[in-house]
Amino acid sequence: MLGFIARRCGLALPSLFGLLVVTFVLVRIVPHDSAAAMAGDAATPEQIAKLTKEAGLDRPIIEQFVIYVGKVARFDFGESAFSRRSVASDIKERLPATLTLTFCALAISITVGIPLGVFAALRHNEWPDYVLRIVSVLGVAVAAFWFAIMLQLLFSMQLGWLPLRGELSATMSRPERVTGFLMLDSVIAGRWDALGDALHHIILPALTLSLGGLASIVRFTRAGVLDTLQNDFVSYGRAMGYRRSRLVWRYVLRNSVTATITQIGLLFGGLIAGGVVVESIYDYPGIGSYTVQAILTGDNQVMLAVTLMVGVVYAAVNILTDLVHGLVDPRLLDKP
Amino acid sequence: MIPILSVRDLKVSIRTDAGVASILDNIGLTLERGRILGIVGESGCGKSTLIRAIMGILARGAEIHAGEIVFDGENLLAFTEAELNGRIRGNQIGFIPQDPLLALNPVFKVGTQLLEIMRDHAPEDGLRGSARKRAHVQRLIMLLRRMQVPDPELALERYPHQFSGGQRQRLLIAAALACAPRLVIADEPTTALDVTTQHQILLLLRELVTEFSLSMLFVTHDFGVVAELCDDLCVIYAGQSVEAGPVGPILASPGHPYTQALLACHPERATTFRGIPGTVPSPLAAPPGCRFAPRCVDVQSSCSLGPPPAGLSPVGATVKCVNYA
Repeated sequence: MLGFIARRCGLALPSLFGLLVVTFVLVRIVPHDSAAAMAGDAATPEQIAKLTKEAGLDRPIIEQFVIYVGKVARFDFGESAFSRRSVASDIKERLPATLTLTFCALAISITVGIPLGVFAALRHNEWPDYVLRIVSVLGVAVAAFWFAIMLQLLFSMQLGWLPLRGELSATMSRPERVTGFLMLDSVIAGRWDALGDALHHIILPALTLSLGGLASIVRFTRAGVLDTLQNDFVSYGRAMGYRRSRLVWRYVLRNSVTATITQIGLLFGGLIAGGVVVESIYDYPGIGSYTVQAILTGDNQVMLAVTLMVGVVYAAVNILTDLVHGLVDPRLLDKP
Repeated sequence: MIPILSVRDLKVSIRTDAGVASILDNIGLTLERGRILGIVGESGCGKSTLIRAIMGILARGAEIHAGEIVFDGENLLAFTEAELNGRIRGNQIGFIPQDPLLALNPVFKVGTQLLEIMRDHAPEDGLRGSARKRAHVQRLIMLLRRMQVPDPELALERYPHQFSGGQRQRLLIAAALACAPRLVIADEPTTALDVTTQHQILLLLRELVTEFSLSMLFVTHDFGVVAELCDDLCVIYAGQSVEAGPVGPILASPGHPYTQALLACHPERATTFRGIPGTVPSPLAAPPGCRFAPRCVDVQSSCSLGPPPAGLSPVGATVKCVNYA
């Protein structure tokens, strides 16, 4: 098991290095003078040249890259060109919000998507199946920004049930920072009012973000269950009088979720990318809105660091996915 | 004494995209208590549909039009799904499937799967909760030991792919017997095994029928297996039962032209290899009357008029053929 994890981590390193190369080159070939941007509108050419030299931007790109990789290896991601704050500490501050949001969205997608997928498979080619198929296509097709605005209009503006934006109400004081995860910190500090407020704030963004994943989980689960139902062990279970609910929700489902688990791993990348849009609309202080700011202002250090971080999270989740596969299907662990 | 199982005039059809296929047509059989009845027929003759109908697990789209299935004096066709699941399947009727690897769920331990059957169907023993489960484990271990599965305690903790084919079949025989059934239905349980293992399993089944006071319905396409194991025989052709009676006399002196032709094909009996001319009719366009008529050497003009009448062959078998009416 440990050997497996070590091997997979080793395999992830070249991928991450490749990601770094591509991003680095892309950021550099964009016709954007980051030194000029840093210096501001009123800067003189001399000031810009000075900044360029300071930032090492006048050196050959290979040399710049080697220097950058050396820093990254020491977890030094430089500083933001604008706030002059350390990128590493910015990310550390904002990552918990994004992870919480992604996790909540994923939890909604899974807890709603898997039962719906099973239901659609059991009603194969009957009307519930058709309805779910149409809805799940819509779920993938509908743009998140449109859906987000519709939710805001209905639940915040019209009904006034849920807050429009943010992570916490302006009137609510933030609990003491321990883990960086707002909800966890609220629990640790015993601040149930803050926890409730945070939960209120996360509902709409999480719902928006879960939509695409929900649709694809429904589809994958449905296909998996339909496939599994063809197996002999299902008719054997019926012949031996397995209770129908247990046959479906325990014995069939465990065989069906392998494709869904892979899909969940892949979704994670999409969710973090989707977070960029959702966090911006709901003004949620995570990595997504941070990235949008960085792109709009041409803040290269931030863009590089964020891309690498997303890559690391994605690789980690996929290693985790493979481990869960092994737990669900013991045959995989027996193979060399 | 009434038979443990009798099927009378059963008709089953399946709706397909190409039309309605008549899978079983006026099929009948009788299984006396304590005996082993072999059901013999070629692939696609409706053997599997017949046993699925008996257990009430026909595929979607299949429909029973007529007939009755009487198990121990009760018509199973009048049972609801809940009654069948609660009182019959896994409980009074045990099932041994054709391919033990495919019949076991690959991602659950063998013990989990066998205990699942006992959870709902084991005879009431007054025990509850974990005590009941422990009693079930004890019974399974006893059965597995009887089936000569090595290390029964460990076997329950292992996954299906960690056993050999013969061992897996022994596990499923134990599963069929777990809840003390009165009837065991075996669907070609030795087809997926090699010849040596096949012989051992047949010997085991023979012993178990006496030991556990069972009656057994044994589906096969192999007359050799029938001769080795069964007391009685029921031959099916294209969804119709054509000949039924004790094994010895029928094998010695088959009455129905189809049984005669089929036995003549058997490599141990035939001097030269030959088959039966023609092909099995499609269930979508089955001929009226006797379905074997188009291939029969003794065909009469009355064969296609209606269901063939039942008669007795000289050795006492029931033969559905105009020649014996």
